[in-house]
Amino acid sequence: MTDKKKRPVFSLLAILLLVLTALAFAACGDSEPRTADPASGSATSDAGESASGGLSASLDGAGATFPEPLYLEWIGEFTQVVEPGVSVNYQGIGSGGGIEQFTQGTVAFGASDAPMTDEEVQTAAAATGSEVLHIPTVFGAVVLAYNLEGLDELRLDPDALAGIFLGEITNWNDPAIAALNEGAELPDTPIQVVHRSDSSGTTAIFTGYMEQISEQWASDVGAGKTVEWPVGLGGQGNDGVAAVVQQQNGSIGYVELSYALESGLSMATLENAAGNYVEPSLESTALAGEGVEFPDDLRFSLSNSSADQAYPIVGATWILAHGPMEDPADAEALQAFLTWALTDGDGVAQELGYAPLPDNLQELALEKVDAIGS
Amino acid sequence: MQSEARTLGDVAAGVAPAAIENRTGIGRRADSLFGLLTLVSGSLVLIVLGFMVVSTTNTALPIFSSEGLSFVTSSNWNPADGNYGILAFIYGTLVTSIIALVIAIPVSLGIALYVVEAAPRWVRGPITYAVDLLAAVPSVVYGLWGVFVLLPLFLQPAAALLSEYLGFIPLFAGPPSGLSYFGAGVVLAIMVIPIISSLSREVIRTVPDADRYAAYALGATRWEMIRGAVIPRSRAGIVGAVMLGLGRALGETIAVALLVGSATRIDPSVVRPGYSMAAVIANQFQEASGDHIRALVGVGVVLFAITILVNMAARLMVWRMVER
Amino acid sequence: MGRSPSPGESAGAKVSDINSARPAGRRLWTNRLASAAMLGAVLLAMIPVGLILSYIFAKGMAAMSWEFLSEPTPFSFRRAEGGFLNGLIGTGIMVGLATLVSVPLGILAAIYLQEYGRGLLANLIRFFSDVMTGVPSVFVGLFVYTAFVLPFGFGAVMGAAALAIIMLPIVVRTTEEMLKLVPLELQHGSFALGASKFQTIIRVVLPSALPGITTGVLLAVARAAGETAPLILTALGSLTITTKLIGEPISALPLLIFDGARNPFAAGQERAWAGALELLALVLIFTLLARIVASRSKISS
Repeated sequence: MTDKKKRPVFSLLAILLLVLTALAFAACGDSEPRTADPASGSATSDAGESASGGLSASLDGAGATFPEPLYLEWIGEFTQVVEPGVSVNYQGIGSGGGIEQFTQGTVAFGASDAPMTDEEVQTAAAATGSEVLHIPTVFGAVVLAYNLEGLDELRLDPDALAGIFLGEITNWNDPAIAALNEGAELPDTPIQVVHRSDSSGTTAIFTGYMEQISEQWASDVGAGKTVEWPVGLGGQGNDGVAAVVQQQNGSIGYVELSYALESGLSMATLENAAGNYVEPSLESTALAGEGVEFPDDLRFSLSNSSADQAYPIVGATWILAHGPMEDPADAEALQAFLTWALTDGDGVAQELGYAPLPDNLQELALEKVDAIGS
Repeated sequence: MQSEARTLGDVAAGVAPAAIENRTGIGRRADSLFGLLTLVSGSLVLIVLGFMVVSTTNTALPIFSSEGLSFVTSSNWNPADGNYGILAFIYGTLVTSIIALVIAIPVSLGIALYVVEAAPRWVRGPITYAVDLLAAVPSVVYGLWGVFVLLPLFLQPAAALLSEYLGFIPLFAGPPSGLSYFGAGVVLAIMVIPIISSLSREVIRTVPDADRYAAYALGATRWEMIRGAVIPRSRAGIVGAVMLGLGRALGETIAVALLVGSATRIDPSVVRPGYSMAAVIANQFQEASGDHIRALVGVGVVLFAITILVNMAARLMVWRMVER
Repeated sequence: MGRSPSPGESAGAKVSDINSARPAGRRLWTNRLASAAMLGAVLLAMIPVGLILSYIFAKGMAAMSWEFLSEPTPFSFRRAEGGFLNGLIGTGIMVGLATLVSVPLGILAAIYLQEYGRGLLANLIRFFSDVMTGVPSVFVGLFVYTAFVLPFGFGAVMGAAALAIIMLPIVVRTTEEMLKLVPLELQHGSFALGASKFQTIIRVVLPSALPGITTGVLLAVARAAGETAPLILTALGSLTITTKLIGEPISALPLLIFDGARNPFAAGQERAWAGALELLALVLIFTLLARIVASRSKISS
């Protein structure tokens, strides 16, 4: 008798499990793989059915979160419309992680907001026996997103910016900020600095700029994908920093332009090298490329551009690839993807707040894409 | 109402056919085989625990030997430069847990004492259910709720108030942040209150009523009765309950990862951001590789060592209490 | 439970009135203050209970839809479409596997402790299963990572292994408590009929303790379903629906909520709230079932 009373519980459990599994099998048929596994390093199997675009391959990539929104859109459109036989998986794990994975050969391509150092290039080249290619994809601005009730516009000059991030300016109504923002009602609210807690190319771009504008920054903190922050709290990834800024009143943090735009955060207007206050925008980002001489290996810096109306904190972001790649089918697929992204992907890039490469650089980048195959 | 206590008739119906099988001797062999099977399963707990220690320590060994003692005495954590000092994380874990206990102990004891000693009978059930409900909420839900609800509603204003009025004490110096040791500690407190209060409740219940009436007979008020009769009798058990709460707080990962502020720094002020051992593992694991992963495993080994000591102490205390 | 301190209390007050007039006021006030503090503690604890339930329900329902329940996560958190089906399936698979492994092993271990185990070994097992319930779940994840993920890669089986290790000591200890409550006469009766120990345990002891064991299992399932940290290190997470058990990262509801909690995009945050509602509902259903089973069984009370 007692047995009868107990059974329903077990049957319920069993049914629940059955339903779940059944659902799983029913639903998995029509979904395409969209995400990569960043760390397992398992060899990718060709998931593609017969390809209407002709190519068939499955590529894993990992790295910077700075261009992640754009790469995901590019991948979505490329694999769904242009080459349905190709699947590309991209995981935004930070530039540091991207370079590591690329060096270890667990991903077909890496992505980083900072070019690899000479040493990193040598290690990666030695590991695979092929050349390391830096292929710039877009320019992006690192903006200072802030969250302060009642303040829609904020102007900062290099001194004030360095003061805030060095922990010397700790309150929003500090005279140094007030002097730059006449007429603005600055509340008596403590400043909460937000920085990246992971290894990041965005950090490299930002700290690289800080090093250029502040001697004290250069000597006390320095530049790199991770630094020892004098003040502030950390967020994981660009989205993490944007989330923390959004959550805390009185906070200011650096994120990639598109993250600030998408999450509706206010952005500071900065004084550039020419002495003009420039709002972060697509145009002011693109202007940073004016008059820059690009070296042969395409490892260059756009920071603190001298152009008149250029936004000062701009970086390029790179895809890292081997030239030539081991697997010809993978190579062909990656070439097709990058060629498409660098030319037809311009529109998507602009929609998301990234500046496409200037024409001369685009040509140089496409030459590097060629080297993936041969 | 059904009856669980089966009658001997049920037993007979259940085992009679089996008893017949026994004459063939198969039953006896099954008996010893089954005994062996249970022994193996029982030992599995010890084997898994041992394997856990060996496997993780082994993975982290290269970092332990290359960093030496500075692994736990340095707070310089910079995976990009190959520096792995975890003192800031140990500090953050301890500070957030202490804050949690400072809040949770009085509240939990208040709840336990109220439910056992003071509450009208009809509210005991609902209070117990409501507090136990807190125990069932997954930590990631606490984290989500903490960041989007508690942070703007309470943590940020409270941190600001603390530093405004008590900021002259380094412990509360600004600039204040809701995402801080304090913020993580408050959410941890909410998470350990059900643990501490339910265990203390059980312990307080074991105090014999005779002790209570003896105190009343001597003219004690209820509070004097609690102080004189209930607390001394259940002290060891309550300490055990607190230690179990501490064990939970030390190892809690997700809620802390979302609320502690993720800043690798030893900050004397509790209203400023920091980090914790469990949080750094959860946050940095996905981007880590090579030595960085080994170092994170090392963080886990140290965390394990701390929590296991706390837990063993707690269990011994609770056990001693129960055995009395 | 049948104690009512109120008569004692009033008597105490009267006695003290006679003994010494001045301290009586203070003693009474201390007593009142203490009572107020106790009640205050209860009310204070009710605030988070109310806030959590109301917010999860309100924000979760606002974002809840059939689409959320029936579709996987879109490839970017910025996108508004999609849901957490991938996480639900992952959670189902991993918790299911973990239950399949940990429940039989846990029950066998408990039988050993109660029916066979004597002396040091049994006490050690008992002690360390207690201790094991306090091992941080993130450490369990690290262990599975070092022992199984490094050689075999991320996947459902790895996540399930971590969850099983978390569930095992819970099942062992609750089952043992339940076995203890089975009346000895039943066993003796069974032996008297000529049954072996094995037969007695399987046919007499276990059925009697079944409701209690079921309660323990359900609570363990609820605990495992809400675990996040160990899954980061073993299942890793994925935005697509996977039913492969090994070699491919798999998602879980808590993982998706965690990602949603630390991203700045409205769409992603809304999904996280709906996911929290879904997860909390699952966990509470299991907890509630456990309570129902427990309250129906006489021996457990």
